[in-house]
Amino acid sequence: MTRYASVLDLVGNTPVVDVSALSPKSNVTILAKLEGRNPAGSVKDRVALSLVEAAERDGRLIVGKPDQVLIEPSSGNTGIALALVCRLRGYHLKVVLPTNVSPERRQLLVAFGAEIIDSPGAEGSNGGVRLAQRLSAENPEWVFLYQYANPANPLVHYSTTGPEIWADVPEITHFVAGLGTSGTLMGVGRYLKERRADVQIWAVEPPSGEIVDGLRSLDDGYVPPIFTDNDGEHLLDRKVIVRARESIEWTRRLTEVGLFVGLSSGAAMAGAVKCAATIDDDSATIVTLIADDGWKYLSTGAWSDDVDDVVERAKSIIYF
Amino acid sequence: MSAVLRIPTVLRPSMGGASVIAVEGSTVGEVLLTLTTTYPAIKGQLLNADGTLHRFLNVYVNDDDVRYLGGVEALIANDDEITLLPAVAGGAW
Repeated sequence: MTRYASVLDLVGNTPVVDVSALSPKSNVTILAKLEGRNPAGSVKDRVALSLVEAAERDGRLIVGKPDQVLIEPSSGNTGIALALVCRLRGYHLKVVLPTNVSPERRQLLVAFGAEIIDSPGAEGSNGGVRLAQRLSAENPEWVFLYQYANPANPLVHYSTTGPEIWADVPEITHFVAGLGTSGTLMGVGRYLKERRADVQIWAVEPPSGEIVDGLRSLDDGYVPPIFTDNDGEHLLDRKVIVRARESIEWTRRLTEVGLFVGLSSGAAMAGAVKCAATIDDDSATIVTLIADDGWKYLSTGAWSDDVDDVVERAKSIIYF
Repeated sequence: MSAVLRIPTVLRPSMGGASVIAVEGSTVGEVLLTLTTTYPAIKGQLLNADGTLHRFLNVYVNDDDVRYLGGVEALIANDDEITLLPAVAGGAW
């Protein structure tokens, strides 16, 4: 076994496992990249470390200086990953968290010493972003890394996640991942297309806008600046909605190949299966990104309760 | 072509309150243009002046985002399901 000096050295270099037993087409291989193997448990460890290191390089954060405060809106994983990095670096982290995230996320934030600022659950992540922007403007001494707009977010996927996939799966034809901030898709997508222009990049997203009641009009909408800055509309080849029921069903199906993953990963797998269903080419290889493991979602009953009850509950819980 | 249109909460007050309606049209653009004639209150909420999709409106045909299927030119087949959704920050369900 390799010996590591710091937990942060464990970020990245995640394994890829063949889950083709769940492929709807015998000619389409599906591979899952397991980001839950990161030390704080999700793909966001890469992003958190990248955001903090970029801020340290440009002098917005100074290692060893006391009383430095960071603020970030997060529905969970970025907050948890930042909390780990901040704990090790000695920064104080305030996470703006919608009230309707699974309780495990709150507990992990507390475990790593982050302070939680509640944002209204009905406003979803939009509300969290708005509140963080306002608090940051009112407290200019706080460092706001703003994962939705920070180029260090897609950059870390361009410099680590993408090259790892290319090294492990040089025959890749399709990459499928959840959209979220779009950092993964922009960074990995750009890296892969630079290597081979015909690699197809598919985004998966939940029908978020259906339940966000806080919108007064369409003009309250939000497109992450990093999506626009990276010309996401041209980089992506397809974007599909995966609804709560499919996400839960595929989260459960993944246990058939021994994977216990988070619900957004069930959605990504559902997207990979939709993608596979469109492919007639006999050499297709899809890589899908499993953003985290299932531990933080046990309280949703996703694996044990009646699927109709879980779907109903899912409508009021943020799990992407 | 006759399709089913799912309307998000934010647009329902301007569109008679229903969550699902039947629509006619052979392309996404045609359907949206007809909607803005039927419901003048949503003019400017669906399409820009140049006929392209509003920046914060996502339109899906059978769960596929039409921006990647030709935009307003995307074709509608009989019994397709069209879903309008506001673009929001990732993370909410």
